Amino acid sequence: MEDIKKRIRITKFLDYIFAIVGLLSTLVGLALLFTLMTDLFMDGFPRLGYKFFASFPSRFPDEAGILSAWVGSFLVLLVTASAAIPIGVAAGIYLEEYAGKNWLTNIIEINIANLAGVPSIVYGLLALVVFVYFFKFGESILTGGLALALLILPMVIMATREAIRAIPNSIREASYALGATKWQTVQFHIIPYSTGGILTGIIIGLSRAIGETAPIITVGALTFIAFLPSSPFSSEFPFISFKWLFDPFTVMPIQMFNWVSRPQHEFQLNAAAAGIVLMMMTLLMNGFAIYIRYRFRKKIKW
Amino acid sequence: MFKKVVLGLIALMVMAVAFTMSAMAADKLIKIDGSSTVYPITEAVAEEFQKAKKGAIKVTVGISGTGGGFKKFCRGETDMANASRPILKKEMDVCKEQGIEYIELPVAYDGLAVMVNPKNTWVKSMTVAELKTIWEPAAGGKITKWNHVKAEWPDAPLKLYGAGADSGTFDYFTEAIVGKAKSSRGDFTASEDDNILVQGIAGDKNALGFFGLAYYEENKNKLKLVPVINPKTGKEVLPTEQTVMDGTYQPLSRPLFVYVSKKAAEKPEVKEFVEYFLKNAAKLVKDAKYIPLPAKAYKLAEERFAKKKIGTMFEGHAEVGVKIEDLLKREEKGF
Repeated sequence: MEDIKKRIRITKFLDYIFAIVGLLSTLVGLALLFTLMTDLFMDGFPRLGYKFFASFPSRFPDEAGILSAWVGSFLVLLVTASAAIPIGVAAGIYLEEYAGKNWLTNIIEINIANLAGVPSIVYGLLALVVFVYFFKFGESILTGGLALALLILPMVIMATREAIRAIPNSIREASYALGATKWQTVQFHIIPYSTGGILTGIIIGLSRAIGETAPIITVGALTFIAFLPSSPFSSEFPFISFKWLFDPFTVMPIQMFNWVSRPQHEFQLNAAAAGIVLMMMTLLMNGFAIYIRYRFRKKIKW
Repeated sequence: MFKKVVLGLIALMVMAVAFTMSAMAADKLIKIDGSSTVYPITEAVAEEFQKAKKGAIKVTVGISGTGGGFKKFCRGETDMANASRPILKKEMDVCKEQGIEYIELPVAYDGLAVMVNPKNTWVKSMTVAELKTIWEPAAGGKITKWNHVKAEWPDAPLKLYGAGADSGTFDYFTEAIVGKAKSSRGDFTASEDDNILVQGIAGDKNALGFFGLAYYEENKNKLKLVPVINPKTGKEVLPTEQTVMDGTYQPLSRPLFVYVSKKAAEKPEVKEFVEYFLKNAAKLVKDAKYIPLPAKAYKLAEERFAKKKIGTMFEGHAEVGVKIEDLLKREEKGF
């Protein structure tokens, strides 16, 4: 009897130790993030203001702002999303619902898994050769957006597949039993039920893309840009213009990089302020992803 | 109905893309790329020029290093190249092959500063020969302690920091010190980002490094300048605006350039930009912490540009010891 009690005590003690170790490990990450945030905020917060968002970069640190950078980031993400979402989701649906179990599917699957692990700079080189030199898109928003689309494509495909896999098979069988075709099943059941998961994956992919520097630098966007791309609306026919796709651009992380590599201390403060903005953008996007997942989960019950 | 709307939208998009592609040629955009050393000057000019033009002409200034800038320039991708050394023979050949002719315009002077940590008490000055002992390719793995260079210096490890191999700064320094461009030992901390070099030297008592004077000016309290003995006069000289200007800080003073493609110079916006550049260079170069050329030099450069004199005043190598006066004489002669 004594023996068992003792053993229970020891086990409980071990349990306790493990809980503490686990808590400490979690805190390491949190503490690091917290220090980073405080450091950024202490340096950069005074610089944040309307002027910072509405000014172009300048050689005078207190006149410099991130207007061209955030507009560039936004437009690049727009291109990234419009390229990566249709292709990624379609590929995911094909692999889950249509593809037969054969060697071709296996090769595709292995390739996608590998692509997800390829360093981002390699995508930059690919984009340089394919989009800049072969298709002659130049160092443009289109090139940057497509490079990042390549980067997040595997993530979108994986997220789509995960979301579709979570749908119970009974749903598909019920749909077929009522006489629906494969496409009808996909259109009215598979896509609506997996939208939450797919959107979450897409937003997390985009929030990774917004912070990427390497592929964008390789396609040549390390540049002083003090103007905005051309407007997407024009006064003449056909009223919408895609000229902005071919305009040179800069993005937030590159603007930060440019400021960090300057000798004057004041530019480091600007870099910190831009860092806060970038971090807020990422946090907002991730928060939005969590909200979407929550909403869609609540709606669907099986 | 839905299908018709989608088809209509697609047709509209295709038309818009085609329409904008054809309109692209009319865009007034000046593309400049190249040296990170010249970047602050060109950036300053670009900023003021765009303000003056109220955005009617767009200017982009990239940083790919002098070598990288010439690569793009000779492929015809950019209108102008920033360069912290004259164009090299190899680059001239590539440009020729592609049919790119260029006008060479000196815009400023810069001193290459040799620096040590402020706690370094033993180095009072250095000769070119000592610097060569440290940096020549044969020194790699052999000259690893300060007393290997000079016996009275301490038995302490020698930590080296220098510009990366794609930069004109590296090309010029090696040409001036070792005698051959790009010929250097490989075992040193190389970075295109001068801030990394500043941090490295500031944090290590045994460090020695080199980079442009402008970066020293911003980090005076973290670094100590080393006077370099002028091989012609035998006097030790500290790099300052004065000594770079009067040509006593040699061989580590160098001119900085922009190269304008002749084809681009025929575009009115590029012409306007270059003229603005040369007119306002004296003030803006100073703003960017470099040393402006005498007013006469800018006048001569303007003439060269107006006459579209193509080619280089140098014979395709990073010539060392070109004083401002020499440069002026060559410009007057029209090389």
